[in-house]
Amino acid sequence: MTVPQVGPSGVQTPPLMIVRVFLFAALRERAGAREVAVEAPAGITVGVLRGLIAAAHPVLAPLLPNAALAINESYATDEFVIQPGDAVALIPPVSGG
Amino acid sequence: MFRITPDPLDPVALIATVQTDAAGAVSLFAGVVRDHNLGRRVLFMEYDAYPPMAERKMAEIAAEVCARWPVTGIAMLHRTGRLEIGDASVLIAVASPHRADAIEACHYAIDRLKETVPVWKKEVFEGGEEWLEGTPVTAETGAQGAE
Repeated sequence: MTVPQVGPSGVQTPPLMIVRVFLFAALRERAGAREVAVEAPAGITVGVLRGLIAAAHPVLAPLLPNAALAINESYATDEFVIQPGDAVALIPPVSGG
Repeated sequence: MFRITPDPLDPVALIATVQTDAAGAVSLFAGVVRDHNLGRRVLFMEYDAYPPMAERKMAEIAAEVCARWPVTGIAMLHRTGRLEIGDASVLIAVASPHRADAIEACHYAIDRLKETVPVWKKEVFEGGEEWLEGTPVTAETGAQGAE
C-alpha cells in the first residue's frame, strides 16, 4: 500500500508505504504480537528498514543485530530494496531440530 | 514432501513417501525431545516456525542433496506447537540405491536444516523457560548451496 504525498510547495516527496513485518519466537513474545507495522518511504533498503523497526519498536532493538530479514520467504542482504506488498519477516537465530 | 505441521510425526508413513524399487537403502533421522539440557530438567518444548518459508528452505536443501548424492527420494517434516518428552520434532527420510549415500545425505540435510530453516524452540524447564540460542542466519549462509 502506498500513500502519495505532496509537500507544501506542491513538490512530490517519495510516497510512503506501510511495511508489515512478521515476528517469530522471542521477537514475537517481546512485541506481544505476530506482526508489527512500520511506515517507510517507498524504495527503502532492508538496512534502512532495520533502523525504522528499531526506532518504532524499541523493545525489539536489542534482538535486531542477530536477526536476518526475509523478503518474500528468502533471506535478504541489507542492500535489498523493498517493494510495496513484499512479505517481510524478521528471522532470529534459528533453532529447529 | 516438505511440511511444517502441528500434528504428530509418523516415521513409517514418511519412509513410504520416499521408497521406490530403485532404492536399496532408506536413512531416517528423527529428532526427539529429551528430558534434560544444560543441566536442567526439561518439562516440555514449544516450537514456532514460519511455515511457508520453512517449507521452501527444506525444498532448497533437498535440491542441494540431490546435486551431491544419487538419492532417489527425500522428505522432511518439522512439527510445531507443544511437544512432550519423547515426541519427534523433526523427521528426514532419504532413499538411495546404496546405504552410504543415504546416510551421508541424511546427515547433511539435518545439519543444513539447523542452519537455515526458520524454526525455533523454547525450552520449558523446572524453574523457567527460554528460547534456545540458535544459529544466526545471513543472506549468504542462508542462500541455497551455501556452506
